[in-house]
Amino acid sequence: MKITFPHIGNTYIVAKAFLDDFGSEYTIPPFNTNKTLELGSKYTAESHCLPFKLFVGNLLQAHELGADTMLITGGCGPCKLGYFGEMLKKTVSEIGIEMEIITLEVPEQGLKELAARIKKVSGTSNYLNVAKVVNSAKNVAIQLDSLERLSRIKRARQLEPRSVDKIYGSFQREVLEVKGSKEILKFIRQTERKLKKLPQNEKARPLKVGIVGEIYTTIEPYANFQLERLLGNMGVEVTRQVTVSGWIIDDMLKKALRLPLEGEDVREARAYLSGMVGGHAHHTIGNTVVHAKDGFDGVIHLYPLGCMPEIVSQSILPAVEENYQIPVMTVIRDEMTGEAGFNTRVEAFVDLIRKRREEQLNGQNKMLYGY
Amino acid sequence: MVKVGIPRGLYYYKFSTLWENFFTELGAEIVISEKTNKNIILEGTNHCVSEACLPIKAYFGHVLNLLGKADFIFLPRFTSISRKQYICPEVAGVQDMIRNSIKVMPRIIDTEINLRKSEKNSWLAALYTGEFITGDKQKIRTAYKNALDKYRNERQVMKSGVLTDEFKQEAGTMSLRVIQKRSTTLTVAVLGHCYTVYDSFINMELIGKLKEYGIGVVTLDMLDYQESKDRCSELDKMLFWDYGTRAYGGTVQLIENGGIDGVIAITSFGCGVDSFVIELVEKKLRAESDIPFMKLVLDEHSAEAGFCTRLEAFVDMIVRRGIHEDNISSYR
Repeated sequence: MKITFPHIGNTYIVAKAFLDDFGSEYTIPPFNTNKTLELGSKYTAESHCLPFKLFVGNLLQAHELGADTMLITGGCGPCKLGYFGEMLKKTVSEIGIEMEIITLEVPEQGLKELAARIKKVSGTSNYLNVAKVVNSAKNVAIQLDSLERLSRIKRARQLEPRSVDKIYGSFQREVLEVKGSKEILKFIRQTERKLKKLPQNEKARPLKVGIVGEIYTTIEPYANFQLERLLGNMGVEVTRQVTVSGWIIDDMLKKALRLPLEGEDVREARAYLSGMVGGHAHHTIGNTVVHAKDGFDGVIHLYPLGCMPEIVSQSILPAVEENYQIPVMTVIRDEMTGEAGFNTRVEAFVDLIRKRREEQLNGQNKMLYGY
Repeated sequence: MVKVGIPRGLYYYKFSTLWENFFTELGAEIVISEKTNKNIILEGTNHCVSEACLPIKAYFGHVLNLLGKADFIFLPRFTSISRKQYICPEVAGVQDMIRNSIKVMPRIIDTEINLRKSEKNSWLAALYTGEFITGDKQKIRTAYKNALDKYRNERQVMKSGVLTDEFKQEAGTMSLRVIQKRSTTLTVAVLGHCYTVYDSFINMELIGKLKEYGIGVVTLDMLDYQESKDRCSELDKMLFWDYGTRAYGGTVQLIENGGIDGVIAITSFGCGVDSFVIELVEKKLRAESDIPFMKLVLDEHSAEAGFCTRLEAFVDMIVRRGIHEDNISSYR
């Protein structure tokens, strides 16, 4: 059995740590490119969302490398993600390749079925061992996210252009050679030290922009045209609250253990969105409010075309924008790969919020030009 | 008398009898928005984000249509209308979308309807709703019981093959128009959310047109829900959308029962639930039967000619299929 999994940002490192510790055989699909999307779109209906198309693309590319089992995470609706597992199975049988889909979630059949699935992946039925591995994978995710945070802060203040990208990029490549969670954690700390040592502009007061929206599009660099890097190299400090470690802790561990989960962001969102609509709609709205209170200069809202929960939050965001006087730009991603148009919009947005900050320093208070 | 406005959109097409009887019996005057027309769609589209689907935009239009006409607006928040099932996230969030997009609103009756855990929650929802109108708990209970009886009665009638086509679109009339479920010649199943199938403006009078061709129509409401749910167990993971269960289970029932000459699925552009459900349905139909299938996507560009052409071609095809008996669909 050769396991594979879809790409979502740096999740491949977490999954790698997880599978290394079990000693399972696996292959990591090539990073997302236009080729991946092309492959995915070829075998899926046009109305499917971007994450699903890329999942299928990853699956096909991993299959070429000899993978025969795919690990994905699930959910129970009403967002479409909860049904990805079933749809992938149907798609696989339609394409006519051999690929087993294992969904890591608590299924209807109960915890026993989940245990059986984990056993299939891990090859061990020692739960203590499984818990240990899950825990260290969680730690890897947390460390990775703190590394990402550091890189965003550093990027906005770097003296030498693209010096952060160099270190971070080589980390992403070289980590593929590192085996096991312990070694990976060590490597992350090493990279962290390297980043910290980089000379930085101490006097800089960079613009602060929050990225909110659908989890896949915000986390996966391919799906958002490397927005974080783009903004960072313009000297903007980026913050993204929805993270892989957050997903693992809240949506996988806490939900499985039935612990209460309600952060500050969800509490803030209640005033605008009282019911449950699934996906990350509450986080999107709540984080926008939190960012506004923290004095951010702007918020960029990202989601793939056809994402139902985010359509709800998109129509609520103007109210937040008005109440808290924070500029919000919504960008919707589909399978069109016109990067230049995207960059233009981001640049224009940054210009506007920069102008706005200058005006505010001069004692004026305006929303944005053109408002 | 208190005036309660009910927008003629989304689940109104399913629960109209329940809601209207409930409010009337509580002593409220009900104001229902005009039937969907060009103006309503236009107003709705102007106030709604462009990515939302057509029925949501129409719902916005209906709410706008009620402004100034009622003291309360009944905007229930649906989370779930059956056990262990959800509703589309957009419909679940539509109340918040409206609250945050339309600035001046009368008081909203913001009942939450969540039957995911227990169906008894519907009584709690009714109690919550009723308390906006009256403080008399006993009165609410009777009103709820009576309205529920009428609603169940109507569902039963629908199941026996009566179609509430052009659902109460004529002002004043509450009667159900009886049409033959099985026509002597041909029968087509129309799959779709209740708010696209019964809103004859949104779907460009699809059902009326089929009737003109002399074709009998079956909708999902004529099929038994419990059986649909049982049929869905053939999937590895149950669909968690109420509509998905109805559509997929319904399709399996249609294939098993036979007697259907074609299936038309109507969906709105950008409908996330349909992108999965209709694909499952189509695959099922193509794999296990030779029933012709057509998917019609609706959006606010109401170009009727193209719609008619496709419908005509589909009808011609199923008619000829019957004559030539070679049973080879030109569509496949």
